[in-house]
Amino acid sequence: MTQQTARIEFNGAGEAAETRHRTFVATLEDSPGVLNRVSSLVRRRKFNIVSLSVGRTHIHGESRMTLVVDCDADTARQLEAHLRKLICVLDVQDISHEPCLLRDLALVRLRVGARERMEVFQLLEVFQARVIDVQPTSMIIEVTGDPTRIEGLAEVLRPYGIEEMVQCGAVAITTGTSGAAATPIR
Amino acid sequence: MQAKSEAKQQRSAAGDSQPKATSERAGARVVWEVLCEEAVDVIFGYPGGAIMPTYDALPEYPIHHVLVRHEQSAAHMADGYARATGKVGVVLATSGPGATNLVTGITNAMLDSVGIVCITGQVASNLLGSDAFQETDLSGVTLPVTKYNFLATRAEEVAPMLRKAFQLARSGRRGPVLVEITKDAQMGITDYAAPDMSPVVDTQLPPPPSAEATDAILEMLEEAERPLILAGHGIIAAEASVSLREFVDKTGVPVASTLLGLGGLPASHPRALGMLGMHGEAWTNQAVQHADLILAFGMRFDDRVTGKLSTFARRARKVHVDIDAAELNKNVKVELPLQADIGVALEQLNARIAASKGRFTPWRLNAWHEEIEANRRAAQDHSTASEPTDGQLRARDVLRALWEVTAGDATLVTDVGQHQMWAAQCYRLEQPRKLITSGGLGTMGFGLPAGIGARMGRPKGEVWIVAGDGGFQMTAPEMTTAVQEGLDINIAVINNGYLGMVRQWQEMFFEKRYISTPISAPDFVLLAQAHGLKAFRVTSRDEIKPAMEAARAEPGPTLVEFRVEQEDAVYPMVPPGKSIEEMIRRPKDAEGGDDSERSSQNRGER
Repeated sequence: MTQQTARIEFNGAGEAAETRHRTFVATLEDSPGVLNRVSSLVRRRKFNIVSLSVGRTHIHGESRMTLVVDCDADTARQLEAHLRKLICVLDVQDISHEPCLLRDLALVRLRVGARERMEVFQLLEVFQARVIDVQPTSMIIEVTGDPTRIEGLAEVLRPYGIEEMVQCGAVAITTGTSGAAATPIR
Repeated sequence: MQAKSEAKQQRSAAGDSQPKATSERAGARVVWEVLCEEAVDVIFGYPGGAIMPTYDALPEYPIHHVLVRHEQSAAHMADGYARATGKVGVVLATSGPGATNLVTGITNAMLDSVGIVCITGQVASNLLGSDAFQETDLSGVTLPVTKYNFLATRAEEVAPMLRKAFQLARSGRRGPVLVEITKDAQMGITDYAAPDMSPVVDTQLPPPPSAEATDAILEMLEEAERPLILAGHGIIAAEASVSLREFVDKTGVPVASTLLGLGGLPASHPRALGMLGMHGEAWTNQAVQHADLILAFGMRFDDRVTGKLSTFARRARKVHVDIDAAELNKNVKVELPLQADIGVALEQLNARIAASKGRFTPWRLNAWHEEIEANRRAAQDHSTASEPTDGQLRARDVLRALWEVTAGDATLVTDVGQHQMWAAQCYRLEQPRKLITSGGLGTMGFGLPAGIGARMGRPKGEVWIVAGDGGFQMTAPEMTTAVQEGLDINIAVINNGYLGMVRQWQEMFFEKRYISTPISAPDFVLLAQAHGLKAFRVTSRDEIKPAMEAARAEPGPTLVEFRVEQEDAVYPMVPPGKSIEEMIRRPKDAEGGDDSERSSQNRGER
């Protein structure tokens, strides 16, 4: 599934929304304060973050960030240029229009008793979500996938009563052979 | 002094013969070793607890330390030094209040893309985050106002971080870099090895523009009938003024300059139109608005340049060449954005033009030149006709006289406000790096310390600092620094008894409610004398030049106070947020009685 289609469904608002969500992947120095620099830039230039996730990679000393921002194409170019200027940012790519996989993870604590449990299990199967803890009056559900799927699951679970929900933020990887290699803008 | 010269000799003796052996040193000495590697010979600073180990090692090294009276001034001095020389200015200060006092100066350097390195002490690493005495998270504080910053908590981090700091400060789009060094990092022992002397490289230089890009620019130029260059600070920073002149001579394209771009093309050049923007000359802004092609070279479309964005140069196709990709299409959307060093880009353009055999000739643009010239004459006629004839001493007279007396050859350092705009209009610069002024941040108090820094970097020639009575009072104690250093600087204080630019805005946009803008001042002549300067006061037109000559004749620092007409305003003026053709010209009728009433009232207060 390409990201473009994902975004249409994710927003559920048709074409207007399609241009809004932009996904950047960046390689960062793995050192203290780097996340602060990135988030400070985003705050200062008044970009609106949809999600931001950072973690280490297989390369020692590098971490990888996936940043999803709500903005138009011009702002996206600006953000990319500003990110590239940060000394601690080793590489940035706007993959909004690249074929890529976008994955988020959510944990949902659902208020559900024995009577409705089977019904919920069936729903979860559709979303390929799994139950990782069951209590007499609640259960915890783990779902991994495209942000669309998580949004969709949350919608169908809402009537049962979501007590708590956490999401870790989308991570993205481009598909194909070459990966998100640096192609600096000139 | 003896110790210093000995150290210098030892260094040069050890410099090339011996292999680069490592030896053990305290982090504090590594600081100075790296400054010597970078050929730093002067720094600006103020000692304090957390930086004492570093200060303690200073006498062993051939570096002159200028003791300032407030750390903000140290940053401005390093800034002025860097602008005058093109080298990296260096600041040394302690943690906490010493460091936070730097913030305005650092921000000023950031906004004007000036390469400085600020080294500050920090509490011992085991105390970080504990609210220890004089602890401030300066890396956090300066995050948005530095190009980059570092915190060294171990002695072995000092050299690599400082070297990287210098490299960043002078690479790409220049800017301030901060290095905090904890007290234990200064005192800890580490191996130090001088690096192999490699040429100073710009590690952030964009690649040269492609042939396609330069050809596209030239094609647009060929199609244009009314092309105009907007030359910014990039021309100065990239040392590109010779290339710019060559381009202009070959193509005949006129040049409007931003405030920081002044001097990029000699003011006497027939294609030089002076400054554009809020206080730009009428004919210059008219040229911008009527141009059919804008070539923006090393500038960033500040709002003081563009006025209302939606109407800015609305008839023109636009090319923007800048070293910083983040500036392209930021404020003004352009047809051809190009990330490049403007010096390199101009050289390539010039080479293509030379090879094009007569595709571009200056006289191709004769009609455009005539149009601009006609506008210039009309504007000057208006200006002459509206010139007040009351015989009052006016700031413009002072700046015109200064230009004449110094033959336009002084290094002119300004503070911020009305006098700064009059300086930009009247002091016609022939060379780059001769106007040192706070552009982007508009920092009052910048003038005197920046002038001291410029003087330290440029021992030859004249340095004149022009300041208003408001801004001058912000950093006036640095007069003592100038005396202590025995510096030959001349200060012109333009005293109108007001925070003049704010008063002008109150006059024009706040119905003359002059709230908190009348400002009293000490007797500047006595104040200067108390600091050990020779001082003069001028109250009438005929005293201007004799006082300037007397100041110039003095070998040491001098101050001349000019008591000027109080309610003068800078014209032309584009009201903020308005289109740059909607400029306000000086009214032809003399100011009404209401104003003169206020004048005398405030004169009494002074």
